[in-house]
Amino acid sequence: MPLTPAITDLEQLKDHAIVADLLAWNAEAVQSARFDRDELTIYIARESIREACDRLKAQGLADFLSDLTCADFYPREPRFEMAYHLLSMKRKERVRLKVVLGGDDATVESITPMWPSANFFEREVFDLFGIRFLGHPYLRRIMMPEDWEGHPLRKDYPVEGYR
Amino acid sequence: MGHLPNPVLDPTEDKTMILNMGPQHPSTHGVLRLLLEIDGETIVRMMPDIGFLHTGIEKTCEAKFYQQVVPLTDRIDYLCPMVNNLCYVMAVEKLLGLEIPPRAQWMRVMLAELQRISSHLVWLGTHAMDIGAMSVFLYCFREREDLLRIYEMVSGQRMMTSYFRIGGLALDPPLGFFEKVKKFLDVFPEKVDEYENLLTGNRIFIDRLKGVAKISAEDGLAIGLTGPSLRASGVDFDLRRDMPYCGYENFKFKVPVANDGDVWARYVCRVEELRQSREIAKQALEGMPSGPTKAEAPKVVLPDREKMKTQMEALIYHFKIVTEGFTVPEGEVYQAIESPRGEMGYYIVSDGTAKPLRVHMRSPSYANLQALPQMCEGRLIADVVAAIGSIDIVLGEIDR
Repeated sequence: MPLTPAITDLEQLKDHAIVADLLAWNAEAVQSARFDRDELTIYIARESIREACDRLKAQGLADFLSDLTCADFYPREPRFEMAYHLLSMKRKERVRLKVVLGGDDATVESITPMWPSANFFEREVFDLFGIRFLGHPYLRRIMMPEDWEGHPLRKDYPVEGYR
Repeated sequence: MGHLPNPVLDPTEDKTMILNMGPQHPSTHGVLRLLLEIDGETIVRMMPDIGFLHTGIEKTCEAKFYQQVVPLTDRIDYLCPMVNNLCYVMAVEKLLGLEIPPRAQWMRVMLAELQRISSHLVWLGTHAMDIGAMSVFLYCFREREDLLRIYEMVSGQRMMTSYFRIGGLALDPPLGFFEKVKKFLDVFPEKVDEYENLLTGNRIFIDRLKGVAKISAEDGLAIGLTGPSLRASGVDFDLRRDMPYCGYENFKFKVPVANDGDVWARYVCRVEELRQSREIAKQALEGMPSGPTKAEAPKVVLPDREKMKTQMEALIYHFKIVTEGFTVPEGEVYQAIESPRGEMGYYIVSDGTAKPLRVHMRSPSYANLQALPQMCEGRLIADVVAAIGSIDIVLGEIDR
């Protein structure tokens, strides 16, 4: 399908069930929203991500954590953007929650306690991006050797590695 | 991963011990290492240790042009490379807003289903061999060989096909290709009967599988199970039917669901999927539209060889795409498809240049592996082998 301009105005997206629900729950936690290429993205304040996931789960708007990952926008600051891809099998709909993290304080609350599937995904992000998840039961490297230095998927880490 | 300075699991009581299974173990289907804390022969705790095959594909993708990533995606899940190609190219096409001609879409569906069959054949053969049924393996690989020949015919490669490209297909299918596919699809149901004759009524096979490694629907959803492994627990959800992509809404097929959530249920679901995939491939073959196999997008799709020889413009576009790549408008997409193992998803972030800023693969095996400890704890070591086979993991996809 040809590209249409993204809708970035929160006012226009108010009627969307998920946006409406999150705004009704805690309007301060919703920083912005974007509807682009048939996908809804909602930026959530860092402190509220766990509660936001909790809320969507409790309201039946998302019942499955598809994916959890991160992207590094170095040298921009804040450089990290966490992406939580939630799926509702009942409503057949996806939503992406995003949290922006700064490089000097890359910590976010873990959602593993409520979604056990986040366990490996968060370990992977910790290993490859160096983001710390508060409340994760077992935050250790998963892909790289235990004694590895650095976080390979950061943009300031060379593609060939350090030699 | 690997060389842990201290044991990951500490024996909680004196009577338990730690057993190391893998990474060199024939029935871990690759380089999977499992740390088992056992009490006699019963597993108290289990912990998968992965990363032995980590090649940093996601990092490599960031250094390549968009079209150069396609061959890398083959190598993630080497049992169904075209399904990975499909997921990646669909994600990029979504970023570009590119329309794909119907013939290319139907070819994609047909080949994706053939890949599902060949992937399930490897699963069936190795799973049965893990349990002790040797001959099924030989039968399965006989049919898989036919399929590999079909892939070779269409793409020039048996395994790392890279046949789907951004904007369509690499080549038009050659003469005689559809006849060959038809021949395979016509005889395939008999072959499935043959496997079932060997396994479905087999007392030993049933005893080893029934009631083993159970997982409930709630637990499965919470731990991130997808695909046939989840459907065997009674969750009736298939991306092909429920969130159709690539023209799957045009095909009629059943989604096999079972309720027991044990290894046997997963076996039953997958064997039925073999038959259903054959149905889809047959429908695609019979209704194959004619027309071009590439989208009309000269800045993205490589021009035909013939045009390059006669038209200056085509030659310039070809040169540009090969040397500089093509730029992709800024944005991010998450494209998910139903791979033979479950939800395969590509999350691509574009910053408006010719190289992706981030490519993340949500591989189904990675999430499915998390369910293994829940399935095995409290059961015998011998059941671990059955459980690993039943979630059908590919380590290339887990470690990436």
